Amino acid sequence: MKAKALRDAFGEALVELGRENEDVVVLDADVAGSTRTKMFGDVYPDRFFNVGIAEANMMNIAAGLAACGKIPFVSTFSFLACLRAGDQLRTSIAYPRLNVKVGAGYGGLSDSFDGPTHHSLCDIAVVRSMPNMTVVVVSDPNQTKKAVKVVAAYDGPVYLRLSRAEVPYVLPEDAPFVLGKGNLLREGSDLTLVVAGVPLARTLEAADRLAKEGLQARVIEMPTIKPIDREILVQAARETGAVVTIEEHNIMGGLGSAVAEALAQEAPVPMEFVGIKDTFCESGPYDALLDRYGLSVDDIVAAAKAVLGRKS
Amino acid sequence: MSSQELIQDLKERARQLRRDVVEMVYRAQSGHLGGSLSAAEIVAALYFHQMRIDPQNPQDPNRDRFIPSKGHAAPILYAALAARGFFPREDLWTLRQVGSHLQGHPDMRKTPGVDMTSGSLGQGFAAGLGMALAGKLNGQDYQVYCLLGDGELNEGEIWETAMAAVHFKAHNLIPIVDFNKVQLDGPVSEIMPIEPLRAKWEAFNWHVLEIDGHDMNQVVEALAEARRLDRCVVIIAHTVKGKGVSFMENRHQWHGQPPNEEQYRRAMEELGGGQE
Repeated sequence: MKAKALRDAFGEALVELGRENEDVVVLDADVAGSTRTKMFGDVYPDRFFNVGIAEANMMNIAAGLAACGKIPFVSTFSFLACLRAGDQLRTSIAYPRLNVKVGAGYGGLSDSFDGPTHHSLCDIAVVRSMPNMTVVVVSDPNQTKKAVKVVAAYDGPVYLRLSRAEVPYVLPEDAPFVLGKGNLLREGSDLTLVVAGVPLARTLEAADRLAKEGLQARVIEMPTIKPIDREILVQAARETGAVVTIEEHNIMGGLGSAVAEALAQEAPVPMEFVGIKDTFCESGPYDALLDRYGLSVDDIVAAAKAVLGRKS
Repeated sequence: MSSQELIQDLKERARQLRRDVVEMVYRAQSGHLGGSLSAAEIVAALYFHQMRIDPQNPQDPNRDRFIPSKGHAAPILYAALAARGFFPREDLWTLRQVGSHLQGHPDMRKTPGVDMTSGSLGQGFAAGLGMALAGKLNGQDYQVYCLLGDGELNEGEIWETAMAAVHFKAHNLIPIVDFNKVQLDGPVSEIMPIEPLRAKWEAFNWHVLEIDGHDMNQVVEALAEARRLDRCVVIIAHTVKGKGVSFMENRHQWHGQPPNEEQYRRAMEELGGGQE
């Protein structure tokens, strides 16, 4: 299957965006070659600021630029964006609701070989609990390009979780990207798989395996974690009676929690959570880490069977 | 107005701002006096003379900006904004109360005339750099003034910004250090010394103007000089924490403590009569 690194899709999208909108500026903290914002910097050097290894500073500079009408995309590794510069993001961007877009590179385990220091498994939990923040997790190269355009057009702060990983073109090319809307990728009535980010391909594979065993899994891809699409979730819970969430994040505080919060109020059903089980991981090949730390196709299938066993 | 009259007028403004600061914090029984009183001349010179601002059009894209990066000095900013007519002076007595637009630290979305939300130390200066860069990109000639605390200079982010501003030639960004020598827990020289301060800024390639921050002549001249020079200029203003109220001066206990009724009366007596 044709594939592209999501960071490349991000870099290309920024260049297109820069051409369409002169107010777009890009900041990076000495990882522009890695996050691919260098592509923007090469074409629009006047609108590109490499601030050096100073993420906190970068976040606040972006806040000031936004306060004067610019549309800044700040780019760094996601663990730095949400933790090193977390107070800056909360106090100077989320609180005054400034129009800054955080391009959170190297999400999840995608910087796999660099190890736990560079893995990012709590970012969604952190940023999701900041009022005014919109949180987006992309899963596909085409979607990444669309998401960059959509979040740029949206007036408000957005955390856009990206990935270093090469990812297959899973979604139909004409699939829309709408903030706050989940995508129904596959109909099914026995249970629902809700997935965000790179594990989408694995989730679809798990759904295929379940289908071979006669179990029809509905698959919802949920690129906006906040605000979450309650409507599609409640309908799925009512119609299928069981939900499994799949995410490249600690099972605490991420997509699974967001789905559980939505369903607990309106349509409580048995749930299982596929993700990193509250542990630090280790260095290694990306796919090997996903398999070892709870995100294998087998893990998704097992969670589906477990949740079906609890379905009344 | 002759320059002598201007200086006299600004001195009187600073005195009135101090009175409003004490009144505000006394009524709220909460807020930061010491670091507001030390900045009275600086803020008076900015808001009543140096800055290009229009209270009728607080969002004017071409206005000069002011960010108290030491956001706990909010009372002195609020007093100046009220005196310039950004909002009614009576609002000052709602400081820190539920429903007030005057938050404990500045909130750009609530208070007319506040240019940036600040208060988590180290951040306002960098936001000011962002505003300065936007002005350069747009070809606008506004200036961005940032008031930095000396204790705030303990924050690493300040020096990240100092490095970046020179690199990006943000000559329209003017930091003013309110060097009052006292931070929350005690003297800066004991808690976390920042000297030699001039040498630090010079080592970061800044041009330093060092002044007595309570001498209005020096404050006005330094602000004009900083605007005139086409390079990164920092004003180090030597000040006294709690300036103007004898029993608050140089005492870290008055960083964030409100006065009781007796202290309030003594303070207002020392600061001299009100306008009314």
